[in-house]
Amino acid sequence: MTRKQKKVLIRILVSAALLAALHFIPVEGFPRFLLYLIPYGIIGYDILLKAGKGILHRQMLDENLLMAIATLGALVLGLTRTGDYAEAVAVMLFYQIGELFQSVALGKSRRSISALMDIRPDYANVEENGQLVRKDPEEIAPGALIIVQPGERVPLDGVVTEGRSSLDTSALTGESVPRDVAPGEEIISGCINLSGVLTVRTTREFGESTVSRVLDLVENASSRKSRSEHFISRFARWYTPAVVLGAVLLFLIPPLFRLVGGLSPDWGEWGYRALTFLVISCPCALVISIPLSFFAGIGGASRAGILVKGSNYLEALSRTDTVVFDKTGTLTRGVFEVTAIHHSPYTEEELLGYAALAECASSHPIAVSIRKAWGKETDRSRVADLQEISGNGVTARVDGKTVAAGNDRLMNQLGIPFVPCRHAGTIVHLAIDGAYAGHIVISDDLKPESAAAVAALRSAGVRRTVMLTGDREAAAREVAEALGIDEVHSGLLPQEKVEKLEALMAGREGQGTLAFVGDGINDAPVLSRADVGIAMGAMGSDAAIEAADLVLMDDNPLKIAKAIRAARRCMAIVYENIVFAIGVKIVCLILGALGIAGLWLAIFADVGVMVLAVLNAIRALLIGKEGS
Amino acid sequence: MKKTYHIEVDCANCANKMEAAAAKVAGVQAVTVNFMTQKMNVEFAEGASPSSVMKEVLTACKKVDDDCEIDF
Repeated sequence: MTRKQKKVLIRILVSAALLAALHFIPVEGFPRFLLYLIPYGIIGYDILLKAGKGILHRQMLDENLLMAIATLGALVLGLTRTGDYAEAVAVMLFYQIGELFQSVALGKSRRSISALMDIRPDYANVEENGQLVRKDPEEIAPGALIIVQPGERVPLDGVVTEGRSSLDTSALTGESVPRDVAPGEEIISGCINLSGVLTVRTTREFGESTVSRVLDLVENASSRKSRSEHFISRFARWYTPAVVLGAVLLFLIPPLFRLVGGLSPDWGEWGYRALTFLVISCPCALVISIPLSFFAGIGGASRAGILVKGSNYLEALSRTDTVVFDKTGTLTRGVFEVTAIHHSPYTEEELLGYAALAECASSHPIAVSIRKAWGKETDRSRVADLQEISGNGVTARVDGKTVAAGNDRLMNQLGIPFVPCRHAGTIVHLAIDGAYAGHIVISDDLKPESAAAVAALRSAGVRRTVMLTGDREAAAREVAEALGIDEVHSGLLPQEKVEKLEALMAGREGQGTLAFVGDGINDAPVLSRADVGIAMGAMGSDAAIEAADLVLMDDNPLKIAKAIRAARRCMAIVYENIVFAIGVKIVCLILGALGIAGLWLAIFADVGVMVLAVLNAIRALLIGKEGS
Repeated sequence: MKKTYHIEVDCANCANKMEAAAAKVAGVQAVTVNFMTQKMNVEFAEGASPSSVMKEVLTACKKVDDDCEIDF
């Protein structure tokens, strides 16, 4: 507790004790009133002061002012009618308890959410004259060598130059299985080094490092407000004036009717009911729980490796009924491998050799995978007359033989009859000295979790799954069938993906939103166009983080369904809080108007609703833990 | 131009009121007050000077919630 909160707590305790003591002191009449003013003053002086300032600033609907009118009114009624002053003191007392609870609970939840994201490294070890020196990570330039010891947090992104170890990435990805690293591999900041000493050459400065970007993303997340938040703040804006107006009408109209009807106007009774209205008019319990729920939800999700850029996206995600996938790198591993060689008169080794040498100058992933499959040094002196035929393949002289390697179109162009392939994947046909020499099948493996991920989406309530890909129709269909995806659009260029997505968005019905999942390579425009753009395993790609609304820290597609479920859970909590808080307020207003509920019940309801709503909101912190 | 300021505000509704009050200040294009992170994101209008606009914003916010603070 802060000093301010402690002071309020002491005031609460002292005035509560005085209130209890006064109950037993047999003083009557005006002295009794004066005695009760002591606890009232102790607990309420700041409210009265603020109310006075509110009047000066013409803030007639300020909560403090309303609370001041309600309690002063109750004191006047006590003086003139009932002789009960405890009620006014109690209202003030409970109001302060509520405010204190609110501020303590908020501080606590803010801290526990920040603790979830406590991945900021404090120092980086640098070797200077044979000694390890701790430096501020912000001072380390890219390209510097840093040492990360077991148990320490990796302070900056970099590449391992020496040492082997395993890394605990759970703070970033929510994944509990440690990742092994060896020299040459990239490591990201925020992970914890578990076993060996690592020497790392940094590749980014601190501000650009993964840790900084993640923290930045989470800290700025809730500045984008959801419709529920806008709804509740609009609601609060008219709720208070409406209830205050209700109080005025309640005070004036029934007594006037009674006067007309020849009854006694009973001003005191109706005045009391009007005061009850004023107590109920305070909107804080309504307003507090909604942003808190979202904040806790975003915090909980980030612990599971799901970074949400704003509560509006959490809301949109919860209504997702269509999920559109990019294929490569999202459902597949994005790593190409030679999986078969067909119809070749040469041995696999020979054919791969010709292909690898012909493709020796290319950096295309297909060429890379062929060279990798061959596994030998490509000796460029064996290659001459290398010609790249854009989009179709290459021709070259390898060991004096003419080699053509490429797709169907290249073979057609050269007038060489070829055997088409029925298999899924990218096909590279080869012709040697003008004769067909068979083809190489290169495919991209499905991720092991992909099929389960699609099924999980369906059970999370997604009605339609679509895959967009630049691949051939046959390859795309095979993947879609293996995974159980409803719809496939193949052979798309990157810009056509945007058009396809827009067509899908235009064609849908109802309230559901459309989420697009991609790996951020080539699909940033699509990510930003979708209702919810989800980037996977994107900690390396700036463009994806920029364009996406949701960032999954690792590339496990199962996280998509998890994110949707988390969003639904969070929204359920938000709706519960809205309905519960507004419901209780309305019930209290009705009971207050009928004279059944008095000031006691009104203030209890107000504080009670707030406590329950806040506790319920904090439940959203746990959403990342569900269903893993 | 967008800037983020640290604020101190005690209750959620006061934060909403601050947001509404700040939005009316001349030179403020758009503003969001985040109660949970205690931050105010202000987008200034073309050519407005942030420091003088923020003084106005603070005055406007003090009127609706006397306890609030804005660091700028």
